[in-house]
Amino acid sequence: MDPDVLVIGGGNAALCAALMAREAGATVLLLEAAPRAWRGGNSAHTRNLRCMHDAPQDVLVEGYPEEEFWQDLLKVTGGLTDEALARLVIRHSSSCRPWMRRHGVHFQPPLSGALHVARTNAFFMGGGKALVNAYFRSAEALGVQVRYETPVERLEIADGRFVAAHLKGGERIAAKTCVLAAGGFESNRDWLREAWGQNERGEWPSDNFLIRGTAFNQGVLLRHLLEDHGAERIGDPTQAHMVAIDARAPLYDGGICTRIDCVSLGVVVNRDGERFYDEGEDFWPKRYAIWGRLVAQQPGQIGYSIIDAKAIGRFMPPVFPGVKADTLPELAHKLGLPVDSFMRTLDSYNAACRVGIFDHTALDDCHTEGLAPAKTHWARPIDTAPFYGYALKPGVTFTYLGLKTGDTAAVRFGGAASPNLFVAGEMMAGNVLGKGYTAGVGMSIGTAFGRIAGANAARAARQQPAQPLATLIATEQGALHAAA
Amino acid sequence: MPPLDALVRDAHALAMGDAVPVSDAEAEVARQLQICNACRYCEGFCAVFPAMTRRLEFPKADVHFLANLCHNCGACLHACQYAPPHEFAVNIPQAMARVRGQTYHDYAWPPALGKLYQRNGLTLSLALAGGLALFLVLAVALKGGLWQVPGADFYAIFPHNLLVGLFAPVFLFAVLALALGVRRFWRDVTPATSGAPVSPPAAAEATHDVLRLKYLDGGHGEGCHNDDDAYTLARRRCHHLTFYGFLLCFAATSVATLYHYLLGQPAPYDLPSLPKLLGAVGGVSLALGTAGLWRLNLRRHPLQGDAAQKPMDRGFIALLFLTATSGLALWLARGTPAMALVLCLHLGAVMALFATLPYGKFAHGIFRTAALLRHAVEKRQPSPIGLGAD
Repeated sequence: MDPDVLVIGGGNAALCAALMAREAGATVLLLEAAPRAWRGGNSAHTRNLRCMHDAPQDVLVEGYPEEEFWQDLLKVTGGLTDEALARLVIRHSSSCRPWMRRHGVHFQPPLSGALHVARTNAFFMGGGKALVNAYFRSAEALGVQVRYETPVERLEIADGRFVAAHLKGGERIAAKTCVLAAGGFESNRDWLREAWGQNERGEWPSDNFLIRGTAFNQGVLLRHLLEDHGAERIGDPTQAHMVAIDARAPLYDGGICTRIDCVSLGVVVNRDGERFYDEGEDFWPKRYAIWGRLVAQQPGQIGYSIIDAKAIGRFMPPVFPGVKADTLPELAHKLGLPVDSFMRTLDSYNAACRVGIFDHTALDDCHTEGLAPAKTHWARPIDTAPFYGYALKPGVTFTYLGLKTGDTAAVRFGGAASPNLFVAGEMMAGNVLGKGYTAGVGMSIGTAFGRIAGANAARAARQQPAQPLATLIATEQGALHAAA
Repeated sequence: MPPLDALVRDAHALAMGDAVPVSDAEAEVARQLQICNACRYCEGFCAVFPAMTRRLEFPKADVHFLANLCHNCGACLHACQYAPPHEFAVNIPQAMARVRGQTYHDYAWPPALGKLYQRNGLTLSLALAGGLALFLVLAVALKGGLWQVPGADFYAIFPHNLLVGLFAPVFLFAVLALALGVRRFWRDVTPATSGAPVSPPAAAEATHDVLRLKYLDGGHGEGCHNDDDAYTLARRRCHHLTFYGFLLCFAATSVATLYHYLLGQPAPYDLPSLPKLLGAVGGVSLALGTAGLWRLNLRRHPLQGDAAQKPMDRGFIALLFLTATSGLALWLARGTPAMALVLCLHLGAVMALFATLPYGKFAHGIFRTAALLRHAVEKRQPSPIGLGAD
């Protein structure tokens, strides 16, 4: 028998949708493109949920009110966001965790090395893969049918209404309604190449990008919906959550451990041995998300973070050992950098440092004078052997090009919302996140829209009109207040 | 013979004076922890990961300490984004188990007997066969057969002093061997764990963690893993039944010894005497616990733990089960013609158990307790690593 709701995808948003639809009484079939061992998409690499809260809440300290969350989002996106949708995501994050717990998710206090987000982010115990495992267990216990290694190639859509999905092997799966939560297109090298194009040096920058997450986000249905069905689009294909990671990281699935956290403690030079940006502009957790693009703009899409012995032990230990040398020229040589220009850069940086009282936990007064670009904090001469260098490449986490949607999570065709096709997760995150990133917000978006998409898919299967996300939030906040 | 590059590496390390040469199993733990230390998602599960974050490198003594702190709960394996088939192939429970196996071998006293860990199934089988043979032969020698002893008096078969003379030296040797082994372990890991002395709060915390088996609770109280990624309290509960059952049986024997020498009341005892109560409850608990652990061990996820140590795990479980059930059977067989045979079986099992205590799975409890105590001490010292991001 055909299921009421077909969920395409196997990450956080897809699982939230499947669970909500099943809880509402619908029969649900979930199709995951990856084999079981690789299930969960990028969600398996996540670690926390950015949460609004007015007062301390179990693992969350102090308060993180709606307005502050919104201002943080506004700042990182530079206004490329939809305030109404963003505020819904924010409010939803304040009341969704009891539901997550009911489905087996455990939260824990922030990890060591991540205390700066103790106020804003609730950490999943064991990380995102533990969350994905819990959701799959809960879904299967509730009777959601799951098929692995089942990539969908195209959809049958008639007058904006979902009819059936066609699998790669030719199988046709009809359902009353459908939720699309199959991720962005970051794993699709050809599409990245097309989006980023060729630069003024004749390079194809995206050829040097590493993908921090799953290899399965090929964007097949995203492209199919945009190009073959004319679904309304949101976002720019070159926008993505992109950070600078260890150049030796694997092509896919390097995840969190490949990040390099010593940028603000030293200098970063490009292939020509020259600095290109203020490494001490702000605290690293507030700046890590811009360095992927900064490195992507450099020749060869590569950078080199250079530190000395003074920095050791002051940053999260990197996964691979750094290149180590007893002198700076030797380090340049070992890193394959032009020694002369490297030494000019380091010498003029060292001479320009005005060291006051070094304090890596504050925006301290150690800065450079007369140097371009300046280093405005934590500037100390790099003069104490041994010296270490880490090669950096852009690491893409996920892309922001997606399907336009509104507060019911419906896919839109020609200005009208589809009555039975919904979208969640990376496929629509661009509605809230036009550019930039702030830790944990991807999961906030995926959880909010996954849940409302699933609820509305179940309603549509019963011929009921879609509900706005605000209704779900009001119900849950009411329950929270009643409990309190 | 080790490959040339390994020899060169060790020689270099020795020449530099910066590291003690490490085994492949230890190097593998160090490799994996380098990845874990850059991720840290598993910090909430157990003691291993918080202890890891106090370190940037993982030399031999640190690896031994962390490996023995690991309870093989499996939480970090199922939650790991870098677990196989990922190319990083992180499997902490397995890597730690391999080092633990090596620890038991390396710290065994006398050192020559460390080899008994490596073919532990055989060791236990031979010990059991030896124990059974000993008592069967003794019975025949003393009584001329196994069926000629009516009544319910064990000492009519084996005089009390003979039993004391047989068991006391073996038991005392086991205690000595374990004590000397763990003392050397303690001396090696103490400098790697802050070097600070044991304080009463640290001792209290470690005792609590041992007696409650805290680190099989998953960090959230729902338990650890066995068959798959679902949490279960079954392992913790079965281990409790086994551990406390064992202690009750041991207490029964100790109390009986006091009855014998202080009160002049020789065995056998009947309900509701204290030795009988302790022994009955302990025996049932031990039998149920080991039956449960056996079943869980058979169903354990293949990636979790070291498959090469299964014979050791199961041999020990089986021996404990045999000890408990033969003890209970002896109760039922009293006064029947089968008593002498069952008595030989029980005494043989107990003898095999005692003789192999320092060279089998039992050692895990001793080394883990030592590691938990060092952890409780170390966590009270300021972390040597100060991350600027905090």
